[in-house]
Amino acid sequence: MKKRSIVPYGPQHPVLPEPIHLDLVIEDEKIVEAIPSVGFIHRGLENLVQKRDFNQMAYVAERVCGICSFGHGFGYCEAIEDIMDIEVPDRAKYLRTIWFELSRMHSHFLWLGLLADGFGFENLFYQCWRIREKILDVLELTTGGRVIFSVNKVGGVMKDITPEMAGAILDMLASVKKELKAIAPTFTEDYAVKSRLVGVGVLTKQQAHDLGCAGPFARASGIATDMRKLGYAAYGDIDFDVITSNDGDSYARCYVRIREIFQSISIIEQAIEKLPEGELAAAVKGNPKGESFIRIEQPRGEAIYYVSANGSPHLDRMRVRTPTFANLAGLCETLKGADYADVGLLILTIDPCISCTER
Amino acid sequence: MFEIKRSPWVLHYDGSSCNGCDIEVLACLTPVYDAERFGIVNTGDPMQADILLITGGINSQNAPVVKQLYDQMPRPKVVCAIGVCACTGGIFKDCYNILGGADTVIPVDIYVPGCAARPQAIIDGIVKAVDLFEKRLEKHKEWVRIHGEVHDDPVDENEVREVGTEETKTTTKTETAKTEKAKSETKPKSNKKGKKSRRKK
Repeated sequence: MKKRSIVPYGPQHPVLPEPIHLDLVIEDEKIVEAIPSVGFIHRGLENLVQKRDFNQMAYVAERVCGICSFGHGFGYCEAIEDIMDIEVPDRAKYLRTIWFELSRMHSHFLWLGLLADGFGFENLFYQCWRIREKILDVLELTTGGRVIFSVNKVGGVMKDITPEMAGAILDMLASVKKELKAIAPTFTEDYAVKSRLVGVGVLTKQQAHDLGCAGPFARASGIATDMRKLGYAAYGDIDFDVITSNDGDSYARCYVRIREIFQSISIIEQAIEKLPEGELAAAVKGNPKGESFIRIEQPRGEAIYYVSANGSPHLDRMRVRTPTFANLAGLCETLKGADYADVGLLILTIDPCISCTER
Repeated sequence: MFEIKRSPWVLHYDGSSCNGCDIEVLACLTPVYDAERFGIVNTGDPMQADILLITGGINSQNAPVVKQLYDQMPRPKVVCAIGVCACTGGIFKDCYNILGGADTVIPVDIYVPGCAARPQAIIDGIVKAVDLFEKRLEKHKEWVRIHGEVHDDPVDENEVREVGTEETKTTTKTETAKTEKAKSETKPKSNKKGKKSRRKK
């Protein structure tokens, strides 16, 4: 039997700004097993329901994670609206869809940049983040925030997108589309990049299904799972396909996400075209009583919000189940048998969001 | 001889933030905001870092990690708390698992408020940190000239820290931050006496 040794990875490490800790059991440069340990960013924010009322919790929920912040605020508000039977105005639904897709775009660009940094392509990393800033500028124009938006509230949204802003969004989309078309071939066709991605960290469809993977990680393994097809917000009226790939390797994950950016551009264009007139928010009366369970599609996959309310301003319980938590099991599976040098890259390919996972 | 102030290396660690400030710290280093024009390089290695950018509050699990990162950095060093969570605990202050801002475990010199802190504010903080770093470097050189290079416990931390107090007063605006500063001002003096007397022996 060969000699095994354990290499600690993290919590402070160069591939990701967030702390993730893995104990890597290695045998001659090959990973035999990866044991994750969590809790470095645990804040216990679900417990804040006892101290903040249900309207204030929308802001706390948004700070579950700074990258997918819009989705968290949205999911929480959907859950409360579901309990209280609030009919959200159509315009608010469309505005939510537009902002949701904008945040998906910036999240995917962020990931593409980190991936490029992960395989040592500094220039590409900077290109991706340069393009991402255009999306952030538009988000700042329409919501007032760059990463934390605080536009969702129970019953609707707080800010409107005027025709001028819509024009600015469309201009931005056109230029982002053009620039992404210019850099996408580097990810998908460059020989050096492909040598780092193709065939690395393969997860078969069966494995992905058994381990309960979610989001682009599962879609890259051929599972057509997309909560947007449930038709929440305005997604029911919008025409889009679930993007999948059958390869299940790192290349497929990159490819799926690049195509999802193009898809988001198309969704926003459709939503702006169909944007109805009307109110921004419905009136909220009384306190919620009951429980609700909402599934939405975050940039990283399916997220679940469970809210239980007792008729007082303070909720009984709020629970979030995030996509990265579902994908960690898949990550440990892909790490088995991988080269030690690929560990950073493989961790990136699930697009981990540790802040979401540990809350 | 060397212009280290023109090439400070920063180490970034995510305490327990929501990620918002972290991606803004990274955004600072990318082409649009371009903190690299000050010669700043983002490094993953604490042993080569001059400035620690810490985001998020401190919880019991990451407290030893933050402490260790701080201890591993060579002197002189400057700590910059990015975002309101790192300053005071912010929106998570009431959470059961949050002990407080970054200054609960390590001394913080520059406080950058905001939720999430904007890149402009972060760059402002970094520039102030670089100035402070330069002052500390001179103090450190003087100390090394007198006492010689000592590797395990080279400089009395608080002796060097005093240089920064005036600077930090101007940067901190919130009431809470001021009280924190007052605490850190009083503590060092007592320690300093203790250390000096020990050295004489």
